[in-house]
Amino acid sequence: MTIKEIQEEIIDDFSMFDDWMQRYEYIIELGKSLPLIDPQYQVEENLIKGCQSQVWLHADLQGESIVFTANSDAILTKGIIAILIRVFSGQKAEDILNADMSFIDEIGLKEHLSPTRANGLVSMIKQIKMYALAYQAKQ
Amino acid sequence: MLDIKAIRQDFPILTQTVNGKPLVYFDNAATAQKPRVVEEAIVKYYETINANIHRGVHTLSQLATDAYEEARKKVQTHMNAKHDYEVLFTAGTTFGINLVASGFGSLLKAGDEVLISAMEHHSNIVPWQFACERSGATLKVIPMNQNGELIMEEFDKLLTPNTKVVAVTHISNALGTINPIKEIIEKAHKVGAAVLIDGAQATPHIKPDVQDLDCDFYVFSGHKVCGPTGTGVLYGKEEWLNKLPPYQGGGEMIKTVTFEKTTYACLPHKFEAGTPNIAGGIVLGVALDYLNEVGFDNIAAYEHELLEYGTKRLSEIEGLKIIGTAKEKTSVISFNLEGIHPYDVGVIVDKLGVAVRTGHHCTQPIMDFFGIPGTIRASFSFYNTKEEIDVLVEAVKKAQMMLA
Repeated sequence: MTIKEIQEEIIDDFSMFDDWMQRYEYIIELGKSLPLIDPQYQVEENLIKGCQSQVWLHADLQGESIVFTANSDAILTKGIIAILIRVFSGQKAEDILNADMSFIDEIGLKEHLSPTRANGLVSMIKQIKMYALAYQAKQ
Repeated sequence: MLDIKAIRQDFPILTQTVNGKPLVYFDNAATAQKPRVVEEAIVKYYETINANIHRGVHTLSQLATDAYEEARKKVQTHMNAKHDYEVLFTAGTTFGINLVASGFGSLLKAGDEVLISAMEHHSNIVPWQFACERSGATLKVIPMNQNGELIMEEFDKLLTPNTKVVAVTHISNALGTINPIKEIIEKAHKVGAAVLIDGAQATPHIKPDVQDLDCDFYVFSGHKVCGPTGTGVLYGKEEWLNKLPPYQGGGEMIKTVTFEKTTYACLPHKFEAGTPNIAGGIVLGVALDYLNEVGFDNIAAYEHELLEYGTKRLSEIEGLKIIGTAKEKTSVISFNLEGIHPYDVGVIVDKLGVAVRTGHHCTQPIMDFFGIPGTIRASFSFYNTKEEIDVLVEAVKKAQMMLA
């Protein structure tokens, strides 16, 4: 599936919820079900350190696509990573770099784009795109 | 006794809803809300007497100067400083500490020691690290115990004739601990050290008497005492302010300037270069008037009631651990829920209208000491109520249920 198609699927998933609590409960569930990161990748150099919670993000090139694995010490942050991984993992560098992120707004998570929660989303997206850029340069 | 209902009506922001819920504002240790008199005074200043101060001969400049200097006198009276020129207006606590530490950066030398405590805000750590790097002096730290109290026997041991500065916080922002600063000041003076007290967290609750304390410097922020952001006060004893070199160069702070040599203005102007935050200074005076009218004894008594009630109610939650259990505490409750990251709790309770602070509160060494990534901090002010604490407790329970 393309990034756009996955994003539409996620928008669909979130449209079932009537209020913030159901949305957050779903994100918490996603956080809990995020596959464990290989411990060897949960290291300082993969850490996106922020004020509020810590995120470890690892990228691996498999063929033409980039596979992401991640973890966080906060469950909501982990849920948000799970969404990002669903969108970006297994995609080509070029597609990741060109991806439009407006779906975040549509699933009601815009508030996580504010600077104090920067570690939640903005820095994760930035880091994902940095990896894509690095792999694209290598190719 | 305080008429809380009437007091709440003085604060327009408190009637707001957040995320569809009535606002419960428990982030008072970060910044206090502003009473209407403060808001009105800002507008009134700009509408009636706005002008640059100290140099103009025209009427508005005279009026603005008078109002600014009158505010300085208000602060002097509030803190019981000996002279009004010992009261410097600053941009806030951080600015005040940097001013003093930077000055000591040129007075200290290798072999000298600066003593801070384990519960300092980063603002009372980093400027002293700068000063030590510049001068070759050594930074030492008074340790604390598991309750979040300073270990005074260790302080006694650390104090030596090499100690030149002791810089400690009056009240811990992350733990609420009230430190025995009078004892600290007295002991530090015995070895000839200068003492700076960080009063950022204390001044919303306690009226400091700098002559009684006998501290050499006392700093606080205007925005935490219901005044505007970007305002603050550095009290310094005259002899120390004369010893310290100027911090910033510019207008206002000079006596004579030639290209070869500049001589500095007398106190307080030596440390107030450039056009100050005139409206801010004047309105800070208004904010202190407001708090004094409410009465600091009343504030302390009522906030203690809130602290006891909040501690009791929060302790009822299973798996909740309070960080900072000093005997002498102000109305700050830092806590964690077992197995749950503080950030997650902060996000959920915000959705329920409750504003708390989560994270390390700019005190990473404290978090390292307790081995935690951060805490959830609820800090109460005199305009808060027990009913609001009930809302917090329910919100925390809800968050716990969702996140467990």
